[in-house]
Amino acid sequence: MSFPWARQYQPTNGLMRFLDEKLPLPRLVYNAVGAGYPVPRNLSYFWNFGVLAGFFLMVQIVTGVILAMHYAANAQVAFATTEHIMRNVNWGWMLRYAHANGASFFFIVVYIHIFRGMFYSSYKAPREMIWLLGVVIFLLMMATAFMGYVLPWGQMSFWGAKVITGLFGAIPLVGEPIQIWLLGGFAPDNAALNRFFSLHFLLPFVIAGVVILHIWALHIPGSSNPTGIEVKSESDTVPFHPYYTAKDGFGLGVALLVYCLLLFFSPNLLGHPDNYIEANPLSTPALIVPEWYFYPFYAILRAFTADFFFVPAKLMGVIAMFASILVWFFLPWLDRSPVRSGHYRPLFRKFFWFGLMPCMALLFYLGGAHAEEPYIMLSQIATAYYFLHFLVILPLVSSIERTDPLPTSITAAVLGSDKEAAKGGTASPVAV
Amino acid sequence: MADTAATADTPIVHDTNPSDDGVRRRDFINIAAVSAAGVGGVAVLIPLISQMAPSKDVLAESSTELDVAAIQPGQAIKAVFRKQPLFVRRLTPAEIQAADAVPVGELRDPQTLEERTKPGHTDMLVTMGVCTHLGCVPLGAAEGEVKGEYGGYFCPCHGSHYDTAGRIRKGPAPSNLQVPEYQFTTDTKIVVG
Repeated sequence: MSFPWARQYQPTNGLMRFLDEKLPLPRLVYNAVGAGYPVPRNLSYFWNFGVLAGFFLMVQIVTGVILAMHYAANAQVAFATTEHIMRNVNWGWMLRYAHANGASFFFIVVYIHIFRGMFYSSYKAPREMIWLLGVVIFLLMMATAFMGYVLPWGQMSFWGAKVITGLFGAIPLVGEPIQIWLLGGFAPDNAALNRFFSLHFLLPFVIAGVVILHIWALHIPGSSNPTGIEVKSESDTVPFHPYYTAKDGFGLGVALLVYCLLLFFSPNLLGHPDNYIEANPLSTPALIVPEWYFYPFYAILRAFTADFFFVPAKLMGVIAMFASILVWFFLPWLDRSPVRSGHYRPLFRKFFWFGLMPCMALLFYLGGAHAEEPYIMLSQIATAYYFLHFLVILPLVSSIERTDPLPTSITAAVLGSDKEAAKGGTASPVAV
Repeated sequence: MADTAATADTPIVHDTNPSDDGVRRRDFINIAAVSAAGVGGVAVLIPLISQMAPSKDVLAESSTELDVAAIQPGQAIKAVFRKQPLFVRRLTPAEIQAADAVPVGELRDPQTLEERTKPGHTDMLVTMGVCTHLGCVPLGAAEGEVKGEYGGYFCPCHGSHYDTAGRIRKGPAPSNLQVPEYQFTTDTKIVVG
């Protein structure tokens, strides 16, 4: 897609003309992330996180492929080869820390990307497919990250695998056979480790494939923007390159600074010391928790301690945990407001900042806490509010709220009026 | 273009050959070919799926033999059965009393201590050391470990409490600690599995 005023690709020399005729890859790039892609002129730094997510996916693939050259997926030696990477392989410590912290940063930027989408209702028509594909990417990321965490075969790896595959055991009747089938045994062992390694290697490339679909779907309506109103004229947009390549480049620099700070000065801050103890099937760590990025969903899983509507507590927890993400698939239809941006939705905005955000923060905290009071009760309250927000508050608020008046155009929102913009011309970078 | 338009509208006579009941030979070939390919495709799925199930060496029946003579009342040992922990515990008279005192009907998974032990050996509780919630190893078997609010086992992962008969009393676990198949070969020896 493109707006009619999008710049056309012009091959400048014989080689590029040859390429454009036989396989127009440069044209594809030019139209996707080059000067041929007109983007709203008012994107804030919250719009950097898609590019950042793509960047960290690349970090994970590059470091991961290298780590796989030094690692052996066998329960006898997996822990030893992980330590071998840390101690013997040249720069091995850095590559492994880059991979482990890269996973954390991938999730950090993706979480910001997701909640950016929720605040600005980026999921609304005509961008539903982008959102749906995004949720698919998030689910794939969770599966990949979980299996990756099992590979070092430490205590948390082993018990994490046991608890998470135990989730399938909660399914009535077929649960236990499914669990044994998934593990290839009665408990996590060599068979499970091997298949997790195979899938952990495969899934990132599947993610990359869905990312391409995600971007493809994005380029049909074009990017949303902080006002949530659609692009109406050329003055509302600037070419992606150089305007947003520069802005994304700056954002990437900042993200890399924080990433390096963690990677080089506190690489184990987000990890668990228990995972430096080799897996022992006979001893459970005092506190089994997943990596921090799964905390909210783990808190929801643990919130169910009593049978509920004749559904066993264990199954209920599993259903709720999966439902807490699957509910995102329905967001485009649960939110009925015709206005997208939270900036023009006073009531929605209050529930977002003072309801959903504290609720998520609380769930993040509770997922890492011990399974005792008052944490269990707090998880139950937070879980209830989480579902209340998406299933009741959001549809209700979007139906009853009086939204603030929208600006007439993106340009008007930025410069005050379209006439002002006409004077300055479209090349003016002032507002960006 | 004109040619293709004409053939699309007009049936190609030499290709149809309708039999008496209106079934064309081509229909039969289509259905037969697609069916054969479908059955073949599904057949290929069988090895692709079943390769993930436990392999022969994992399935090879492993039974565990244990000498329980040395276990004193109030003590428990941890053993390994099919790569998973197994708890063997000799109950004290007080623990047996506590287990028997509970009205069975009020339990989440109603079972008496008698049903969970062998006749004549009601003081010998043999259970899997696998929490029925999500598979952690409960505490309470080793000396000095927390035994939970009901004096049996306590799972630290998600806070399930088991009583002295290994029955679930509180927390998210759906059922009692599993009692594996086992028998006493002599008065002091058991074979599990």
